[in-house]
Amino acid sequence: MQLDSKIPAGSLAEKWTKHKFNVKLVNPANKRKYDIIVVGTGLAGAAAAASFAELGYNVNAFCFQDSPRRAHSIAAQGGINAAKNYTNEGDSVHRLFYDTIKGGDFRAREANVHRLAEVSNDIIDQCVAQGVPFAREYGGLLDNRSFGGSLVSRTFYAKGQTGQQLLLGAYSALSRQIALGKVKMHTRTEMLDVVMVDGKARGIITRNLITGKIEAHSAHAVVLATGGYSNVYFLSTNAMGSNVTAAWRAHRKGALFANPSYTQIHPTCIPVHGTQQSKLTLMSESLRNDGRVWVPRTKGDTRKAKDIPEAERFYYLEEKYPTFGNLVPRDVASRNAKYMCDQGYGVGASKLAVYLDFKDSIKRLGKKAIEEKYGNLFDMYQQITNSNPYEEPMMIYPAPHYTMGGLWVDYNLMTNLTGLYAIGEANFSDHGANRLGASALMQGLADGYFVIPYTIGDYLATQKYDKIPTDHPEFKKALDENKAHLESILSRKGTKTPDEIHIELGRIMMNYCGMSRTAEGLQEARKKVQQLQHDFKNNLKMVGTNDELNITLEKANRVEDFLELGELMILDALNRNESCGGHFREEYQTPEGEALRNDNDFAYVAAWEYTGGAGKDPVLHKEELEFENVKLTQRSYK
Amino acid sequence: MEHTGRSYTIKVWRQKNAQAQGSIQTYPLKDISPDMSFLEMLDILNEQLLQKGEDPIAFDHDCREGICGMCSLFINGRAHGPLTTTTCQLHMRSFENNETIFIEPWRAKPFPVIKDLVVDRTAFDRIIQAGGYVTVRTGSAPDANEILIPKAIADEAMDAASCIGCGACVAACKNASAMLFVSAKVSQLALLPQGQSERKQRAERMVAQMDAEGFGACTNTGACAAECPKQISLVNIARLNREYLSAKISSDNVEEYVPIK
Amino acid sequence: MNWFTRTLTSSIGRKLVMSLTGLFLCSFLVVHLIGNFQLLKTDSGEAFNAYAKFMTTFPLIKFISYGLYAGILLHIIQGILLTLENGKARPVAYAYSKAGDTSSWASRNMGLLGTVIFLFLAGHMTQFWGRMHFGEMPMVNLANGDSVKDLYKITMEAFAQPIMVALYVLAMVALAFHLLHGFKSAFQTLGLTHKKYTPTIETLGYVFAIVIPAAFAVIPILVFLMTNK
Repeated sequence: MQLDSKIPAGSLAEKWTKHKFNVKLVNPANKRKYDIIVVGTGLAGAAAAASFAELGYNVNAFCFQDSPRRAHSIAAQGGINAAKNYTNEGDSVHRLFYDTIKGGDFRAREANVHRLAEVSNDIIDQCVAQGVPFAREYGGLLDNRSFGGSLVSRTFYAKGQTGQQLLLGAYSALSRQIALGKVKMHTRTEMLDVVMVDGKARGIITRNLITGKIEAHSAHAVVLATGGYSNVYFLSTNAMGSNVTAAWRAHRKGALFANPSYTQIHPTCIPVHGTQQSKLTLMSESLRNDGRVWVPRTKGDTRKAKDIPEAERFYYLEEKYPTFGNLVPRDVASRNAKYMCDQGYGVGASKLAVYLDFKDSIKRLGKKAIEEKYGNLFDMYQQITNSNPYEEPMMIYPAPHYTMGGLWVDYNLMTNLTGLYAIGEANFSDHGANRLGASALMQGLADGYFVIPYTIGDYLATQKYDKIPTDHPEFKKALDENKAHLESILSRKGTKTPDEIHIELGRIMMNYCGMSRTAEGLQEARKKVQQLQHDFKNNLKMVGTNDELNITLEKANRVEDFLELGELMILDALNRNESCGGHFREEYQTPEGEALRNDNDFAYVAAWEYTGGAGKDPVLHKEELEFENVKLTQRSYK
Repeated sequence: MEHTGRSYTIKVWRQKNAQAQGSIQTYPLKDISPDMSFLEMLDILNEQLLQKGEDPIAFDHDCREGICGMCSLFINGRAHGPLTTTTCQLHMRSFENNETIFIEPWRAKPFPVIKDLVVDRTAFDRIIQAGGYVTVRTGSAPDANEILIPKAIADEAMDAASCIGCGACVAACKNASAMLFVSAKVSQLALLPQGQSERKQRAERMVAQMDAEGFGACTNTGACAAECPKQISLVNIARLNREYLSAKISSDNVEEYVPIK
Repeated sequence: MNWFTRTLTSSIGRKLVMSLTGLFLCSFLVVHLIGNFQLLKTDSGEAFNAYAKFMTTFPLIKFISYGLYAGILLHIIQGILLTLENGKARPVAYAYSKAGDTSSWASRNMGLLGTVIFLFLAGHMTQFWGRMHFGEMPMVNLANGDSVKDLYKITMEAFAQPIMVALYVLAMVALAFHLLHGFKSAFQTLGLTHKKYTPTIETLGYVFAIVIPAAFAVIPILVFLMTNK
């Protein structure tokens, strides 16, 4: 299989403009003859569905939650980047492009990242026009804050609820189109399969989560906006329902899965406590604007934070990285936290935590200013930990948060399956091996509002108007297969619950394929995951039927895909004999303990082809990354 | 951190589906850590039920960070339990050892029970569809800084906009009124310059849709705001009253609103 | 229905009617109270009867009184409709509710309080207003020679009975609670809220809700004490 990224010719800054001119257009009067399916209604999905409908296409949108407004984009706290340069610090499209590609440790496509930086400004305009209440200065102009991996303040924010406000903006646009009848919304509906007819994606199979009904939906193109797969770790900052099923089922149908081992472990999360925890909570990266990260200078120091004098505090990020200090990129911050704890400097009951201290900021700016900026985060922290961060420093530890890997897509965001698109976190395209803070919202909305509305037209313009009825043999076959598969899962009457298997999988993935990885560990992990796959098949405990709201079946259905994905992540991590961004192989590090890339051998996208699952190894396809505009350097934030 | 296990008697509403009769069932539960979240306590109960081959209790939840608005539950006579947080942010330390805990679904005609503790809240979506937006086509926006918004106004709009649509206001209100929810969206957009073009139509339509859904009228008891996990203020309801009445008096719309089904 | 009736029958419209009629009735309470104070004058009912005569015969007052009857009726009818419709919005009640944690008792029981006041009003109207307008009453001569119905005598006789006084006081307690919520609620419904003025309105509401019913209640108590010395 030859991977064609379809990157337009021309200079970097002109590619997107030229491409927009070169794409084929669908006559406005003909757009209503095309149907598009959008799965997922987060930032990317809601923005795309609303924009398609505005253009005139007929849209069927799907989400597993009870409302499109619940998608997990809503939980993004800190902000969204744009190259507006409102702060007069010398920001530009090129600087945002450069910061993003460097932040991604030079493992992303230049052309995609540049396009992202180009449309970033349009996103802010669009959202403001929708009534998103971004933070403002007293004069009425928009305010900015700084985020990790950048030396300019380019992050727009709405309190600590930026994701919520942006999503509600996209949701309102979507709601308008639902009322107009241009979008048919299917809530509490989970995608089970992609249906291919004559080599093109022409529809999906879904399960109604209330009635259990398995249904077929036909369209001219299918867009997956189904988010990331951090829940492979069971404990993550993702929502409980976030899953890889839609993307994985597409993968099983032939869509390549790219860079699955690029996962982001976010540095500032509330540490794990106890053994029954279901979920980890993020504390926004914006906290690192004013909080200082430290551990005691003495190993195993059991004194309370406030009893440790200033001279005995090790502000390790500020000392090691004087230029970026506490605002180093996430992978660097996370790795350092883990390193400190592994060395025995960790704090708290589990010793798996470092301090994030606001004492100095409160002294400098006053409690009121800190409260205004981070009040809701501080409240949330106190609610969960029963400790007051105004009085004692927060305790934080890294947690799985975002996945840079995802379905392989070309410049048009189409997967290698004709007519099947992947946007937002579900694709692999823009963040390389590490995502910078406040860039996920940017990418989701860029894909949804400003990229796919153009590129999908380029494809649809070449397609006939014919609609495929859902009693077509391919649909019937897919329906039958999926029904039979769910029945087979339901028939298992073993002893392990889906959650038990999921928790075990998460533990394996975190230990061996988390913040640091070794070839040896990964090989062992693969065996363990295979054992779990075996357990899932032979020793799964199920109840209920398929004709009802069955939460056990929902979980099992998702866990099955995580089990297969987990193995692929391990294989990908094994294959990548280098360290880059979020992928840190202990064998490959600089003397200072930083990630050591191998650009000669690994400057490629690893896109994996499914070949039948358990026992059959997937096939690796490489898309070489070409860097013509940036010089590949060892990342330095010192 | 405490690690003593506590015991509880859980009395929970079980209902097989929308058509079935429901009832309160009692489950004893042991070894619960006070640091555990309320939903983690339910997870444990569910795992125990599943191990016994019984159907686990269905309840809505997703982000478990207090922002998606998916979790609900009427706990010991209060929406989202005894604190003014969402249920997912409630921890077992808020309950005494050996306490009996009642868990019921939101109760309102427009929120019918789907199963156990899961209710259908799509009425809220339809209210937003009726007018909770600014009409702006993708790509047609002016530069963001061309719209000046005083900080105080932006902050007030943000406070209203922080509604998560969980429905606690409806659940807590003795009339099952949705006025706090509707007023939050109407306020946000009435305050901002972007919302002015559709201001009257928005207030009229959203209230008409709210009434058509079967929510009760607001009698200003204040329970909604007292229970709101995002502290949406009653001032918004007053603003909605103002917006609606002045729209009705001055708009040129005389047509009857056709509700969204 | 045209736009106007649709507006008034919407949930907010109904509340608007409650609010406006409620505030109108509040103003009536003040006028009625001023009249009642005449009972305390030690002039054998001269002032009170003159007042009663004025209130039942002066054309402008008569005109306003029709508005008053309409106001009372509207307030009652809308109140009943609202209570019924609000009840329908929650067909299945909670098995366990701690509504008291988040709202005042009065605010949740406006229907009940209103009913108590209505029953009182029915009795009150038959006892005094009805007899005054349509019934047989003893006559008395005023200082200016006019012969008027002796409402004073009837009132004094009524308030000499402990049961009457008790019922009257009880009704005033209900009225106090009704006003405690109703007064400020009326302003909220009208959308009349403001950072600067709302606290004043709320304080005024509390004072009004306590002082007016208390003043009403004090009169029969004093009359009772004086007549049963």
